[in-house]
Amino acid sequence: MTGPSTGLLVGERPDDVGAHRALAVRGVDKSFTTAQGVVHALHGVDLDVDLGEFVAVVGASGCGKSTLLSLVADLDQPTAGSVRRADRVALMFQDATLLPWLTARANVELALRLRGVPRTERAAEVDRLLAVVRLTGTGDRRPDELSGGMRQRVALARCLAQGTRIIAMDEPLGALDAMTRDHLHDEIERVAAEQRLTVLFVTHNMREAVRLADRVVLMAGGRVVHEQVVGLPRPRVMDSAEVATRAADLTARLRAAGREGAA
Amino acid sequence: MSTDVLTPVVEVPAGAPAGAGAGRRLWGWAWPKLLAVGLVLGAWQAVVWSGWRPEYVLPGPASVLSTVWEMLGTPRFWRAVATTLSRALLGFGVALVVGTLLGILVARIRPLRLAVGALITGLQTMPSISWFPLAILLFGLNERAILFVVVLGAAPSIANGVISGIDHVPPAYGRLGRVLGAGPVDQYRFITLPAALPAYVSGLTQGWAFAWRSLMAGELLVIIAGRPSLGANLEFARQFSQADLLLATMLVVLVIGMLVDGVFSSAARRIRRRWGLSQG
Repeated sequence: MTGPSTGLLVGERPDDVGAHRALAVRGVDKSFTTAQGVVHALHGVDLDVDLGEFVAVVGASGCGKSTLLSLVADLDQPTAGSVRRADRVALMFQDATLLPWLTARANVELALRLRGVPRTERAAEVDRLLAVVRLTGTGDRRPDELSGGMRQRVALARCLAQGTRIIAMDEPLGALDAMTRDHLHDEIERVAAEQRLTVLFVTHNMREAVRLADRVVLMAGGRVVHEQVVGLPRPRVMDSAEVATRAADLTARLRAAGREGAA
Repeated sequence: MSTDVLTPVVEVPAGAPAGAGAGRRLWGWAWPKLLAVGLVLGAWQAVVWSGWRPEYVLPGPASVLSTVWEMLGTPRFWRAVATTLSRALLGFGVALVVGTLLGILVARIRPLRLAVGALITGLQTMPSISWFPLAILLFGLNERAILFVVVLGAAPSIANGVISGIDHVPPAYGRLGRVLGAGPVDQYRFITLPAALPAYVSGLTQGWAFAWRSLMAGELLVIIAGRPSLGANLEFARQFSQADLLLATMLVVLVIGMLVDGVFSSAARRIRRRWGLSQG
């Protein structure tokens, strides 16, 4: 994955993106003009994500984390600064956003088709991807015949079908019940490891971030206020004492940063 | 692995056993309709028996239904049906193409929407029969006058179906298309137009109703020698005071309209169910 894409990006700094780095966000500002005036969503955000790294971005609603994700996924352009990617970025939405008139298979296949994979190769590739997310045998169901957790797994398969190993996830588990969410943590962790994915995972749930991520990035008021490598051994359990303690510590830091920002 | 994740929320109903189940379902669907038809026929017969109008002006259902039966045996009737249906098909077909293209253009191009969006809705509310004097002036008493009015009657509904369908495509689908790398054409082909299909089919259903009404108005006004049609049959039956033939033809017009509407409605229901817009 890194080989062919390194050439796409010519940075001023040799270590910008490429051999080891998947994403390089440098000095990014983003402002929107609304009816109420100009809103500054991001101020001077710097963020590097290494290839194969799982980074969680945590912050309160309106802290700019979703805006950052839109920029990383190339859905929007920064007002200032730069976003460099070692490859295209697939995006997993909060609700699965599967097309309801297509079966699970056809939803995954559409991603292959739109990137020009020949028809003869698509069926086998869809089978492979559905097997990766353990949905073999349910491909012919339509989204309204799948549970919320299954829909998100189809969405994950569709991300993988985009032929990139960099995936941005926008609170993908926010709408699921606790049991299904725990189960999907295992699945996402497993798939990310097996497929050597680079994941930028946005959430407002600190324990979820500590459960999943190699590194947690805290955002408040449109700035990155703290970064911390998690370093706990895997597999982690969301309700374990280590995860809870680490999450509580990070939450306290985020609160403090929020107070400073407000003062 | 928790089993609830692997169990679909909605079980697909396995096809009900054929035979008794299907028969009961058919009966459940049919009896309210049969009852309604019976009530209408009964009320009609009661009015006839009351002597409000002589029977040669208002014949009873038995006489009219036997006329329908006789009519079904005459080649002239089938030629009339063929003429009327071919006009309906051609008019609706042209309206389909015109309305769909117009709808896509108006939905897509903002100045065009500002210019003609309200006009399309205005045309939809305009009784199509009021176009006939102009159509006859423009084209004469011929097929083209009828076609013109049928298309004007149906196209605005179809265009409005397309516009409202495209307007109501969830914004998330637009983001999805961009993330999947779809260009504008692919975005329309694979995402926007399929997403707009339920509203489009509603527009088609309404367009058909308007086409059929416009066609009947046209066939009453524009009678072409040597071209028997259902509308012309109505007009001749009135001129020759053949009340049973008049009512029999009206029944046929009603039944054809209902049959075609039934086809559109069942297609619309299937699509809505498949698009997850209604549980079925």
